[in-house]
Amino acid sequence: MQTAGPVAADAPAGAPDRPGPSNHLTPADQAALLRAMLLMRAIEARALTLYRQGRVPGSFYDGFGQEAVSVGAAFAMGPRDRLCPLHRDLGAHLVRGVEPVRILAQYMGRESGVTGGRDGNVHFGDASLGVVGMVSMLPDMMCVATGMAMAFKLRGEQRVALTWFGDGATSRGDFHEAMNWAGVQRLPVVFVLENNQYAYSTPLGKQFAVDPVERARVYGFPGVTVDGNDAEAVFEAVRIARERALAGEGPTLVEAVTMRMHGHAAHDDMRYVPPALLAAWAQRDPIERQERRMAALGVDVAALRAEIDAVVEAAAAEALAAPMPDPATAAEGVFAVGEAQPLGDGRAPWSWFASDPAADRAVPTGSAANGNGAGRGTAR
Amino acid sequence: MAVMTYLEAISDALREELRADERVLVMGEDVGAFGGAFKVTDGFVEEFGEARVMDTPLAEAAIVGTAVGAAVVGMRPVCEMQFADFVACGFDQLVNVAGKTHYRFGLAVPLVVRLPSGGGFSGGPFHSQSPEAWFMHAPGIKVLAPSTPADAKGLLTAAIRDPNPVVFLEHKHLYRRINGEVPAGTYETPMTARIAREGSDLTVIAYGAMVHAALEATEPEQLDCASVEILDLRSLVPLDDAAILASVAKTSKVVIVDEANETCAPGAQVAALIADRAFEHLDGPVRRVATPDVPIPFSPPLEQAVLPSVERIREACRELLEY
Repeated sequence: MQTAGPVAADAPAGAPDRPGPSNHLTPADQAALLRAMLLMRAIEARALTLYRQGRVPGSFYDGFGQEAVSVGAAFAMGPRDRLCPLHRDLGAHLVRGVEPVRILAQYMGRESGVTGGRDGNVHFGDASLGVVGMVSMLPDMMCVATGMAMAFKLRGEQRVALTWFGDGATSRGDFHEAMNWAGVQRLPVVFVLENNQYAYSTPLGKQFAVDPVERARVYGFPGVTVDGNDAEAVFEAVRIARERALAGEGPTLVEAVTMRMHGHAAHDDMRYVPPALLAAWAQRDPIERQERRMAALGVDVAALRAEIDAVVEAAAAEALAAPMPDPATAAEGVFAVGEAQPLGDGRAPWSWFASDPAADRAVPTGSAANGNGAGRGTAR
Repeated sequence: MAVMTYLEAISDALREELRADERVLVMGEDVGAFGGAFKVTDGFVEEFGEARVMDTPLAEAAIVGTAVGAAVVGMRPVCEMQFADFVACGFDQLVNVAGKTHYRFGLAVPLVVRLPSGGGFSGGPFHSQSPEAWFMHAPGIKVLAPSTPADAKGLLTAAIRDPNPVVFLEHKHLYRRINGEVPAGTYETPMTARIAREGSDLTVIAYGAMVHAALEATEPEQLDCASVEILDLRSLVPLDDAAILASVAKTSKVVIVDEANETCAPGAQVAALIADRAFEHLDGPVRRVATPDVPIPFSPPLEQAVLPSVERIREACRELLEY
């Protein structure tokens, strides 16, 4: 049986998850993490139904079971930071502020989708929110994120770039080129390796001889492994990586160990995955873990789920009613005209950023945000 | 106006844009303290510093990919491939990331990739290629190929100011061989064709180094005083359809010259355009002179056997004039 990779900071199913692994999150932050993960899963579940109903052209790719990786990492990023998410990282787009109706319209190729029907599924990025959409060649966006960080450093700006990529992507040359470049120039970039055990059908044992997190050291920066099914643990690892970057200490490779609970895409029955492996990972669902934490804090989780479901159902209805793009526009927009507009700033819901207009440029020192409702904690 | 070499004009454009726009960044292998393999950026580090004239690792995919990242956060990167041939290693980042981003979600990627291209000096199969057609076939990328110092400066300036990815083919064989008057200060040359010589009996369509070969091949005393028009395309994407069709309408006979390998070279697109939209004006077959579909060989007699020569161009013109 294919075994899972190393998992740090894991807790057995059912064990009490409070307090979480980060003391930089207020209860409102913890609830926001749960909310974003619930929203991601509800949107993807709805989209899968739409796919089976023939409403989603092509195939459909989801991040079922991996919600903590994109939500936790994106939650640590400031408004002026820039993100390059992967196809199982819908949560990053949600944290950044993309509305569910635009995402569902995107899946269905509607004019009101983020790409207006020019690209499908999670191949989008809302440039106005500081997000660059991925390409299918993996991990090309590692080089792009490295270039953003290069520009930040060159201009003396206190900003960070972050990108996600999978275990399969570590075999391609762009992984090496980006890691090496970022190490040589000590760039403020965070690389999140989303280790979900399989690259389509290829297990880790056929992908690499040494866990790629080990490679960070030889490029001159740290690599850390974190439980990718714990949003707070992912947040904490990325928060620390971001602090290092802002302090001028260079990149960090964060390996988030998780499991792809669905096939590579909707057409894939993933018969190559041992059922026992899936069953074991099902016991460690990232959403259920966060729900237990929030229930312990007195949050009405059932009400939150109901609210999310209603939001998604309304978004689906609106997206279904949205028009398809005009075929006459298919050749438009190949080239930009006029002055190039750079990426805009995104939503950054972590309470630390709301606490001070300059917070995204500073490093939160100390801790103790947990439980007292004060985002700054003991920060100076 | 100053007289400059083609290479000096390219340097001049880069220097002027670095001075004028703090967003401009020059990056590539050995472009910093060493001044570049061909010395295009000689002395730049002293004026602009190592951050803006950046020596990079030997990593073409990352050179293009990081340039994309820098571009979308407000920089204007100008990448140098040490030789055009090496852009093959950065092809994916150019074609799939840079070229498609604006179409997919409206994000402009203003970057330039300079490609020292072309053969004629025993560079062999990996230092002599003319890869312009690769990028003509990739939507979202502009492709420029100047033939004169003045156009090299003006087109490179226009490329740097353009909001799109631009590949800029600078022919190595022109670097120090071709001189010309170059206006001082900054100016943009339009991405359109130019008539390099007026004529009425036949049109030769060319770009880059082949413009000079075409001019030499068609000197009137070499062709029984025939009046041959030379159309210098300058820009391959966008392609100046109107100028091509206007010249064909005037002369009715066309020879198209490519240094690129023949199949699907720029000249193939030009020939197809003429067949489609200027058929009624033709008074003879559209003739092509190009490099056959072989790697560029190293040994001088082999290389000269494949690159379009003045003699081959002249012979094609002579046959067509007699048609």
